[in-house]
Amino acid sequence: MAKKNGKANGHAFVGQRFKRKEDPRLIQGISHYADDLRLPGLLHCVFVRSPHAHAKISSIGTDAAKAAPGVVAVFTGNDVKDIGCVPCAGSLPGLKIPNHYVLARDRVRYVGEPVAVIAAETLYQARDAADLVEVDYEPLPAIVDMEKALAKGSPYVHDEFKTNLAFTHVMNTGDVAAAFKKADVVVNQRLVNQRLAPVSMEPRGVVAQYLPGEKALTVWSSTQIPHLLKTQMAVMLGVPETSVRVITPEVGGGFGSKLNVYGEEGVVPWLAIRLGRPVKWSETRRENIAATIHGRDQINDVELALKKDGTLLGMRCHVLADLGAYHQLLTPIIATLTGLMAPGCYKLPAFEFVVKGVFTNKMSTDAYRGAGRPEATYLIERMADIAARELKMDPVAFRRKNFPSPKEFPFATAAGLQYDSGNYQGTLAKATQIAGYDKLRARQKAGWKQGKYYGIGVSTYVEICALGPSSAMPAGGWESGTVRIEPTGKVTALTGASPHGQGQETSFAQLIADMLGITPADVNVVHGDTAAVPYGIGTFGSRATAVGGTALYVATEKLQDKMKKIAAHLLGARPDAIVIGGGRLTVKGSKKSLSFGEVVGAAYSAKSLPEGVEPGLEATHFFEPRNFTFPFGAHIVCVEVDRDTGAISLDRYVAVDDCGNVINPLLVEGQIHGGIVQGIAQALYEEVIYNEDGQLSTGTLMDYALPKAAGLPEFELERTCTPTPVNPMGVKGVGEAGTIGCTPAVVNAVCDALAPLGIRHIDMPLKPEKVWRAMQGGSQIGATAVLAAAEKKAGKASSRRRA
Amino acid sequence: MIPSAFDYEAPRSLSEALSLLNSREDAKILAGGHSLLPAMKLRLAAPALLVDLSRIEGLSYVREAGERIHIGAMTTHAEVAASEVLKARCPLLAQTASHIGDVQVRNRGTIGGSLAHADPAADYPAAILALEAEIVVTGPKGERVISAAQFFTGLFTTAVAANEILTEVRVQATSGAGVAYKKFAHPASGFAVVGVAAVVKAAGGKIQSARIGITGVSEHAYRATAVENALAGKTARDIAAASEHAADGVDALSDTFASGDYRKHIACVYAKRALEAALK
Repeated sequence: MAKKNGKANGHAFVGQRFKRKEDPRLIQGISHYADDLRLPGLLHCVFVRSPHAHAKISSIGTDAAKAAPGVVAVFTGNDVKDIGCVPCAGSLPGLKIPNHYVLARDRVRYVGEPVAVIAAETLYQARDAADLVEVDYEPLPAIVDMEKALAKGSPYVHDEFKTNLAFTHVMNTGDVAAAFKKADVVVNQRLVNQRLAPVSMEPRGVVAQYLPGEKALTVWSSTQIPHLLKTQMAVMLGVPETSVRVITPEVGGGFGSKLNVYGEEGVVPWLAIRLGRPVKWSETRRENIAATIHGRDQINDVELALKKDGTLLGMRCHVLADLGAYHQLLTPIIATLTGLMAPGCYKLPAFEFVVKGVFTNKMSTDAYRGAGRPEATYLIERMADIAARELKMDPVAFRRKNFPSPKEFPFATAAGLQYDSGNYQGTLAKATQIAGYDKLRARQKAGWKQGKYYGIGVSTYVEICALGPSSAMPAGGWESGTVRIEPTGKVTALTGASPHGQGQETSFAQLIADMLGITPADVNVVHGDTAAVPYGIGTFGSRATAVGGTALYVATEKLQDKMKKIAAHLLGARPDAIVIGGGRLTVKGSKKSLSFGEVVGAAYSAKSLPEGVEPGLEATHFFEPRNFTFPFGAHIVCVEVDRDTGAISLDRYVAVDDCGNVINPLLVEGQIHGGIVQGIAQALYEEVIYNEDGQLSTGTLMDYALPKAAGLPEFELERTCTPTPVNPMGVKGVGEAGTIGCTPAVVNAVCDALAPLGIRHIDMPLKPEKVWRAMQGGSQIGATAVLAAAEKKAGKASSRRRA
Repeated sequence: MIPSAFDYEAPRSLSEALSLLNSREDAKILAGGHSLLPAMKLRLAAPALLVDLSRIEGLSYVREAGERIHIGAMTTHAEVAASEVLKARCPLLAQTASHIGDVQVRNRGTIGGSLAHADPAADYPAAILALEAEIVVTGPKGERVISAAQFFTGLFTTAVAANEILTEVRVQATSGAGVAYKKFAHPASGFAVVGVAAVVKAAGGKIQSARIGITGVSEHAYRATAVENALAGKTARDIAAASEHAADGVDALSDTFASGDYRKHIACVYAKRALEAALK
């Protein structure tokens, strides 16, 4: 398997474009999401949420709500003091961790913070009663802007800290001061990475049932981490973990937003225990935008030190990270991941990264598809383009100049990581070839003469996947896998990963089917039930295949060995002479064989087993990776900017990605497609806006612009294959790659298109008005004048240059 | 996403609908429901009674009446967009309908509901103004006809009285004229940030008349009379200069996507594009 795909023999299914086993039930709507669950006696709950960004709660009147039809109970923060705080797993030296109550007690700190919960016989009754809860708020000044939050005299989000600075985290490699001193050219730019809402198709949902006789709490939650949630829930509720079972029904996407433990996941099971009836909460889309974690929201001040020939000497990066009002599970560590990946694909002798985490009166930020890495790739890839333009180098040539060569892997980076394997020249060469890069440049020049702003954007990325070695992970970075061949020869595979759209019910079945010489239809992949599956970590950080798949791979190897031993015993051969394939176990070079079913039958009837071999066919492996994996790629985007309106249209999109070996190309392409679309969305459309009072201005999908299929070009996708040595399958992970590689390519393309106007940078999202205004700042000149201006401006750039 | 409680009636006749509408305060007409129901789910609207027009026969049609075409209020956007009569004789209306929302919205939303709702960013108003359409409303005392120019009175407000129901839209065939609807859509809502409908009559290279309706820019759609006047008797070469007046004197709306000034600028750009397309 460590060989490249296609070169290994005996792969009937791995490497094939196998259609998803999940799809028939999803397409027909015959499976169940949390909201579809109907339990006898079910109560519905609705949360009352703060309309203020920052306010003192003077009083809460619940009498009218309690008296409303169908209402069973109303609880406020003071009623639920026995529920523990919302957990934060991130730890950094000096990190300030405020109490994060599941329902606010005396203060609210963001619009959407829950202050009360209503349980009623019907959802409609619960919602009506929510309007009857009288909360008396005394508004306080809202802290919205990160820089103002750190300025003297700012009010505090949390008075007890006497500061809004939650932490400062510093990374340092090499002699940064010396690098800048000896630089021929220094370029700097302030880059804003705007706040985004993950907006998974299915919002969150929690259903809880408590059986007092059995002391059994079952919680169905739309989560990416059922096992971690089970543990945290037991701690929050103060119940033994052995009495908690977490089940993930169908989960309609997460993008990291469900890699979390939310207050509602404490309150809903608490209600079920307290009221003795099952309780359901289904998040509305408005709640989803206001009170599910957000992503990104950084300001990056970046400075590069360069030699005249384009060689990178050093980078300084000072980051402000908007944490929001409280820590969710991983809030404080997201921006530190930006530091880990900020050097990107480049050799960088000196590196300084300082991140300050800032409290504001907003929803928490946390992991959103890429989680700190898109920010890293954005900053280094924007700076690469800015530097190349400053040096009058082609952006492709600039990148090639600073890549490590394939021979330099494993490659030690300025951020202290060791990139496992890579060939950055390879993906970039393939991308430029598919795009016809030189022809595109010619087309661009011709366009200028007609007053057309055509831009070509290049981005090369490397990202950190397969999270990860346990030493680097807050809750362990391994994954569990159990493979059980049932007496009928059907296979049950239990994974601690928790797929929620990625398709591993299919790809894991392909993997195991090949290894056991059966078909994927005979392999049922089970996940997301803590009572059925051994403890696991979950699906996030592009880890499920590389870590969870490897656990299943090793467990299946154990079963291969056992079956060979049994077959050898029955056939009178040596175990190493047995080959598995085509539904049989055969003695190599002979016609002697047993069917797969015969060997399984022998294992279970246990009448003639070799010495020391236990009955049954089940194996478990907990796989601990020794390193992360580092997929990489090159994306090229072509755009045209409407000179009259600033509107951007995408002409072409070429992506060459390398995620190592591939189990199912169809699933990989699906991940790349979705990732690219979300990357384009950040570049062009999406932005969570809080106004100066901390009110959410983009609280519905009428204001918050998700990407739509119309307006997207065909994606021209290719892959190269550089397997990782980190796991035996050579797979790296692909869930976030598209998002990471895409965004800077799009912004680079737009800035490239507008280069003739002297425009160096525009912050995302590149809304037409913003682009048009930047273009007006350039000039209102005709096509020939544009070219002349371009030539003139090439001489004087806006950054400082040393002689 | 849970509306307040409300009563619901689905009468079989217009007279029954009118008496239900006037039977209590806070009664509201339900047509396609694609603006009203979302507003109710967000609790931005909480009518006590919904009077659903969908079971009243004879409110959904596209009918030729000499030089005019009559369109029933309950005709869906999809039906308007697909109407062979409209495509042949009043293509601007069909073209405009095809720009509304998405397939689901076009399959449910109706021309009468959209016009009565009078969303400042709706598409139809631009075309209705440019076509100098007539809107027929029915009240307790019978029918009355409102000209397009008199119809839109403010943000979400029209000349339809509280006790009346919009029942028909009448447009003139535009044979011999060039028409176009050009829309700069909001990336989230799909509504018009700016939508410009143009009806242009030209002969021998001369523009005889131009009628331009613009939606999305201000509290309600308007006729760009300054552009129309500037073009009378002129040629295609004069379009660019004339279009610069597309938002003269307009008090423009502003949101997180587009400021008022930018909206006005886009109105000029899209007026030019609509006029040029209409003349092609």
